[in-house]
Amino acid sequence: MIELKNVSKTFTTGKKKVEALKDVSLKINKGEIYGVIGFSGAGKSTLIRCANLLERPTEGEVFIDGVDLTKLKKWQLRKARGKIGMIFQHFNLLTTATVYENVARPLKLSKVPKHEIKERVDKYLKIVGLEEKKNVYPAQLSGGQKQRVAIARALAQEPEVLLSDEATSALDPNTTSSILELLLRVNKELGITIFLITHELDVIQRICDRVGVMHHGELVEEGSVIDVFTKPQHPQTRKFVFDDANFQVPDSVKKGLSATGCLVSLTFIGEASNEPFLAAITKKFEVVPSILAGGIDQLKASSVGKLLIHLQGDPAEVEKAISYLESQHVTVEEVAS
Amino acid sequence: MIEFWTEWGTDITEAFWQTLLMTGISLAISIVIGLPLGILLVMTRKGGQAENRIFYSIVNTIINVIRSIPFIILLFLLLPLTRALVGTTIGVEGVILPLVVYTAPYIARLMESALLEVNKGVIEAYESMGISTTKIIWSVIIREARSTMILGLTIATIGLIGATAMAGLVGAGGLGDLAYQYGHLRFEPVVMYVVIIILIILVQAMQTFGNVLARRLRKD
Repeated sequence: MIELKNVSKTFTTGKKKVEALKDVSLKINKGEIYGVIGFSGAGKSTLIRCANLLERPTEGEVFIDGVDLTKLKKWQLRKARGKIGMIFQHFNLLTTATVYENVARPLKLSKVPKHEIKERVDKYLKIVGLEEKKNVYPAQLSGGQKQRVAIARALAQEPEVLLSDEATSALDPNTTSSILELLLRVNKELGITIFLITHELDVIQRICDRVGVMHHGELVEEGSVIDVFTKPQHPQTRKFVFDDANFQVPDSVKKGLSATGCLVSLTFIGEASNEPFLAAITKKFEVVPSILAGGIDQLKASSVGKLLIHLQGDPAEVEKAISYLESQHVTVEEVAS
Repeated sequence: MIEFWTEWGTDITEAFWQTLLMTGISLAISIVIGLPLGILLVMTRKGGQAENRIFYSIVNTIINVIRSIPFIILLFLLLPLTRALVGTTIGVEGVILPLVVYTAPYIARLMESALLEVNKGVIEAYESMGISTTKIIWSVIIREARSTMILGLTIATIGLIGATAMAGLVGAGGLGDLAYQYGHLRFEPVVMYVVIIILIILVQAMQTFGNVLARRLRKD
C-alpha cells in the first residue's frame, strides 16, 4: 500500500547540511498498522512527511497504491493526496470554524456535492463520537476532542491510508488510550491502512502490527511488534524496550546480587505467561530464584510477560535451569551487572 | 454654544466631510493595493507557497523606503507626480495620491504580519488534503487571519486620519486644516478645541468598531 524506496532527505541551511533520512526503505501492507518509533531528532517526522510529499525526498521514490508520487505533476499529486489522510500532534484545526465546518470545509474545497458533504460530516462525526459538538468552536474542546475532529476531517476525505504524525503526543494517558482505540476501530471497521510515528512505546505496543525503529535518520530495525519487542537486536531498540519495562534496578543492587548468582531477564509470550516456570525450576534444579522486577505488557496480538530474576545456586545448576526455561519457549537473557 | 455653531457650524461640518472623504477614498484604494501586496509578501517569502527571492526583496525594500519618509515630506516630494497624474495638487483630489502612497505600504505590512500569524500547521493540513494553494489562501489563511486583519486596518485608518490633518498644507481642507488655520493662525482656540474633540470621538469610534468586529470574528 505504502512503499518508500531508498528515501533520503538532506536539509541545507547555509553551508550546513543535515541528513535527516539516510536511504530508508520500508513497505506497509494494505490493512495493517505500521508504527515507526524513535527519539526526537531521529528523522521519523521527516519520514512520515515524505509519505505524502509534504516533504519532498532528496532521493528515492514514494509509492502509494503502486503510484510513484515523486513523478506526479502538481495537480496529479493533489488528487493522489485525497487518498491519504493525515493527523497531527497539534491537531491543526481552523480556530475560526465550528467542528462541523472544520470537517466540511475541505470537502467543499475539493468540490464534493453539497448533499454528500452533510452526509459525510454527520457520519464521521458520529464515528468519532462528536455529533453533539457540531456547532462548537475548537477553543471549547479538550485536546482529545480536537484530535477526534481532526480524525473526522481526515476520514471524511474517505482515504485509503491514514498518516499519524505523533497524534497522541500532546495528550494525557487516558485521552491517548481513547484515541488509540479509535484508531484501532478506524483500521478494523473502515479498513484504512495506518502509518504512524511516535516516541511512545505504548502506542506501538497497543495498536501496531509491525514496527520500525529509527535512529539518526536510519531505519535500524524492523519487524512484527512481538519479535521486535521480545528479541530486540539493535542497541537503540533495546533502549526503548528495556527502559520501558521497569527494569531499572540500581547498579549497586545489581553488583551485590551478581556476586551470589546470576541476573537474568525472562520474556514470556502469550500463553507462556500463565505457566508457573519459577516454581518448576526450583523443584527440578538446585536453584533459588528471586524476583526483582516484572510486569505484563499487552501487545495488540498477544501479551508479553517480563521478569527480572536473580538465580542463586551452583553455576552448573543455574545453567541447566536456563536451558530448561529456553526449552519452554521462554527467552532468557543474562543481564550485565 | 448656539452662537458658536451659527458662526462655525458650516465650516466644521464641511471640514468633517472632507476628512471622511479623504480618509474613505484613500483607505479604499490603499486596501486594494495593500492587501494583495501583503498576500504576495507572505507567499514569496522564504518558505512561502510561491517563494520568489527577487520579487520579495524588491517589494520589501520599496515598502521600507516609502515607510521611512515622513508624510509631510512625502506630500511635497510627490507634488510633481500628483500634478502629472491627477492634473492638480490642491483639494481633496490632490492629496489622495500621497495619502495612498503613504498608507498602502503600511497596510501591506500590517496584512503581512496578520497573515504570518496563521498557524503553519493548519496550512499544512490543507496541503496534505490535496487542496490548491489559491483555495488555501482564501479559505484558510485569510479566513483565519480576519480578526487580526481588521485590527490592522483599524490602526491604518486611524493613522490615515492623522495624515489627513497635514493634507491641509496643500489646500485639501479637512478638520486638521480647520484647527490649524483658524485655531492657530487666527487665534480662535475654541475652534481648535472643538475640532480636537471631534477627532477624539472619531478615533474612539473607529477603534471601538474595529475591536468589536475583530472580537466577533475571533473564536478562540
